[in-house]
Amino acid sequence: MDNRQKEIDNLKDYKYGFSTDIENTRAPKGLNEDVIKFISNIKKEPQWMLDFRLKAFERFKQLKEPDWQKPKYPKIDYQNLYYYSAPKSMDDKPKSLDELDPKLLETYKKLGIPLQEQARLNGIAVDAVFDSVSVATTFKEELTKQGIIFCPISEAIQKHPELVKKYLGSVIPITDHFFATLNSAVFTDGSFVYIPEGVKCPMELSTYFRINATETGQFERTLIIADKGSYVSYLEGCTAPMRDENQLHAANVELIALDDAEIKYSTVQNWYPGDKDGKGGIYNFVTKRGLCKGKNSKISWTQVETGSAITWKYPSCILKGDNSVGEFYSIAITNNHQKADTGTKMIHLGKNTKSKIISKGISAGYSDMMYRGLVDISSKADNSRNFTQCDSLLMGNKCGAHTIPYIKNKNLKSNIEHEATTSKISEEQLYYCNQRGLNQEEAVSLIVNGFCKEVLQQLPMEFAVEAQKLVSISLEGSVG
Amino acid sequence: MLAIENLKAKIEDKEILKGLNLNIKPGEVHAIMGPNGSGKSTLSNILSGKKGYEVNGNVTFEGENLLDLETEERAHKGIFLAFQYPLEIPGVNTNTFLKTSINAIKKARGEKELDAIEFLKLIKQKSAELKFDEKILSRQLNVGFSGGEKKKNEILQMSILNPKLSILDETDSGLDIDALRIVSEGVNSLRSKDNSFLIITHYQRLLDYIKPDFVHVLKNGQIIKSGDHELAKELEKIGYEDFN
Repeated sequence: MDNRQKEIDNLKDYKYGFSTDIENTRAPKGLNEDVIKFISNIKKEPQWMLDFRLKAFERFKQLKEPDWQKPKYPKIDYQNLYYYSAPKSMDDKPKSLDELDPKLLETYKKLGIPLQEQARLNGIAVDAVFDSVSVATTFKEELTKQGIIFCPISEAIQKHPELVKKYLGSVIPITDHFFATLNSAVFTDGSFVYIPEGVKCPMELSTYFRINATETGQFERTLIIADKGSYVSYLEGCTAPMRDENQLHAANVELIALDDAEIKYSTVQNWYPGDKDGKGGIYNFVTKRGLCKGKNSKISWTQVETGSAITWKYPSCILKGDNSVGEFYSIAITNNHQKADTGTKMIHLGKNTKSKIISKGISAGYSDMMYRGLVDISSKADNSRNFTQCDSLLMGNKCGAHTIPYIKNKNLKSNIEHEATTSKISEEQLYYCNQRGLNQEEAVSLIVNGFCKEVLQQLPMEFAVEAQKLVSISLEGSVG
Repeated sequence: MLAIENLKAKIEDKEILKGLNLNIKPGEVHAIMGPNGSGKSTLSNILSGKKGYEVNGNVTFEGENLLDLETEERAHKGIFLAFQYPLEIPGVNTNTFLKTSINAIKKARGEKELDAIEFLKLIKQKSAELKFDEKILSRQLNVGFSGGEKKKNEILQMSILNPKLSILDETDSGLDIDALRIVSEGVNSLRSKDNSFLIITHYQRLLDYIKPDFVHVLKNGQIIKSGDHELAKELEKIGYEDFN
């Protein structure tokens, strides 16, 4: 089989599975102070940032890798990873897209994110992160006019130290937990967003993460701050090449919403899920946490998780401000040998806080899906409410679905509702659809999209269509 | 149009159809009557392509071997089954389902698919004809529908898809007189020199509204007698038990 044919065949399964042959600058293999200094140095970071990292690393050395999660994985040798890898052409920062390595432009074009055209076509500002660096951010100038800052976090550390210093680690402290602390020590790049007081961000902001290099972990860091009365809708997408090895992706995402501000954060996660026999794929161990710091603030997470060998994450909201609102809408799909342990945490601290959790889990093949969630209403959070709905859909009889909701209500004036269902796509339903002219795949896609509708509706329009397709593709071949 | 020759069917070693013969020509309406367990539903399932049966014999539809075709391919060729128990599909809007269905069929036939406006026009017209409350169409498919609504929804789908061969599997069971009349009118309005019907029922009642050209009695997996509309009346009088 020639290479071209091979590539075509690969694309049929996971169309983002190609890799870009590009020269890299890497940190020496392994995890130690020198590597952290290397990262900090190459990013020309100020001393306080290096101190932050080293403090986290000190803490990390004392932490044990957790093992309470349902999906088990072979031990990761943290000394056998590269913690920094960037295209060589990025060493001298290109000033504009025209100076960007054509190979990188080509890569993003192939991924459906043509950086140049995109800037003009879709009205979506994109920050493209390739391995450990942000390679391009579009629409920067237009946003700057309104005082919006949207740039790589490495740039924000230099240009807006007062904001980064104030908020970085304020939601996910460096002492938090194993993977989050590791991220604090070695994070490389990611996006930074600041929306000034009273500004409604006029376009979707989006970051596209791409893992390319081998034996490399991706540790990105995203920090979004919505100042008083502001609004922003942010979307992240991710893909990786197909490789036999498992690659670690341990990101930290912190959101801060001040008084009357709203952040809508959507994720379409399509990391390489491994092959049909469960070989390879990304370990997606991500910490995402939003703080509704001000009164009447709102943070809404929407996630469509179709990729990764293992997905292990709980995007959470801390509802500190009175009357603040947290939402979590999730579709998680596992097929073949994929595993997921995902859900959310809603921590109610302020009065009259509300949270809503809508989780749709779909498992097919030999996969295993766990919803794990925590709703915690503190004694001071009077008149708070939570509504949770967890639905699981099973396809075939070799997969699993589990739901573990932890519920803590320390306030008599507050109330928590939990609904859960588990269902299976029945042969009869498929037969009914087939009889109306739909083939097996169209039928599954229709039924599954119906099942996920409440969540798909939450996505920004442009992405809802993409996500709908992705949902169908992820389940292709799962009914036979 | 449809020729069934010595059709035998087994499910889990249980023989249900034991050599059934039936010929349906374009434009004809055939009724099949029979007691519970005689194989009526099995016949409709096999014609529409439900899996899980061990099937022997010959079935041709417009000269083509029907048994070789997938369920959806049969639908594309113009075979429609009005289900005895229409399925609920939560989250899927009835309109969306109808549109997906008609366009899947059109696509398979190489015809132009309907856009949203053409579809809405069609659906408006058909629901008015069938006195079908359009509001129901924006609800989730069959979810929370009453028995009558479900059956009427089947007839609406039938009339939108305009099939060559419509099979009605006990569509009349559980219907009140008004619904029965609407269902019958739906069928009658589709009758033409090209469209054929196979109506499966327990009761003669439906056949007062839809006058069949032929009535067949199915018992023990075989057609034991065929006749015209009078046969249905005779059957009603004698009962299946004593009918030989």
